[in-house]
Amino acid sequence: MGLISAVATAPTPALDERDRALLETIRNGLPLVAKPYAAIAAALGMSEREVTERLQALLGNGVIKRFGIVVRHHELGYGANAMVVWDVPDARVARLGRRMAMFDFVTLCYRRARSLPAWRYNLYCMIHGRDRAAAEANIAKLIEACDLRTVPHAVLFSRRRFKQCGASYRDQPTGNIKHGRGR
Amino acid sequence: MIDIDKSETLTELERRLLDCCQRDFPLTSTPYADIARRLGADEAEVLAALERLQAMGTISRIGAVLKPRAVGASTLAAMAVPAERLDEVAALVSGYREVNHNYEREHELNLWFVATAFSERHLAAVLDDIETRTGLTVQRLPMIEDYHIDLGFKLKWA
Repeated sequence: MGLISAVATAPTPALDERDRALLETIRNGLPLVAKPYAAIAAALGMSEREVTERLQALLGNGVIKRFGIVVRHHELGYGANAMVVWDVPDARVARLGRRMAMFDFVTLCYRRARSLPAWRYNLYCMIHGRDRAAAEANIAKLIEACDLRTVPHAVLFSRRRFKQCGASYRDQPTGNIKHGRGR
Repeated sequence: MIDIDKSETLTELERRLLDCCQRDFPLTSTPYADIARRLGADEAEVLAALERLQAMGTISRIGAVLKPRAVGASTLAAMAVPAERLDEVAALVSGYREVNHNYEREHELNLWFVATAFSERHLAAVLDDIETRTGLTVQRLPMIEDYHIDLGFKLKWA
């Protein structure tokens, strides 16, 4: 675990309680009403302007990576979703990760801690395709382009999605808040 | 990029919404009206299209994608669940508010989920609780570095 804190990504900007309450309130999405920020503001006891200014600030400092429509790949016809994991020497992982992330069929690319002995892999990328063959062709392309033939890897296609929703960061152990569409 | 064959089931407006609005959603008082103006539609049409996309499950939400670990604590986690227990364990895991993604994958480690919480302590307590209730080990695979810049999902209509 020491490794993780040592290599930690950019420092976490300070969030105050109102930021947290705002993020929790929108975690299942903006309401589909003419003035969604005003509706959120009313629920939080803020002004509409405070809501949009806080969201703007959270985008500016990188806490929010992206703000907009979040699609479900499967329902859009991208039936195959493969998590491809690689066991890369630590000295090579950052360079390789940045290179992989540039391919347009790679939709996520992370370095993660290994969990030895059960799990040796430290570099992850998510690859979507219309079907399995398309995803596999993209993986082959990646192996070729990044010279990965000798790098141990595993391909984990998804079978079933049990749940997909926004993250919750509330500081209470049990939920009295609506779960929203949990899937 | 991969072709998409859902075009026959989506209207022109719905496709244009998916193309235009996965990032930089307007932070204005009337964002749907502003998008409508940009797309040459009216606000009611945009709201109806978004409602339909949500009802069909094509979109998960209109909202924020947070930088991992910027707000609280989070980790990817994996479990090797015996096939006959997978439905039961998956439902148990999905039942936690702290779990926001939960998938079955083709591997001996066959249940993969993301858990997020306010603090590392709370996160660890959730994962410990899952282990206690299922009697199965949870592999914890926290992120060290993110290499991808999320611009939304590029769609190529067939």
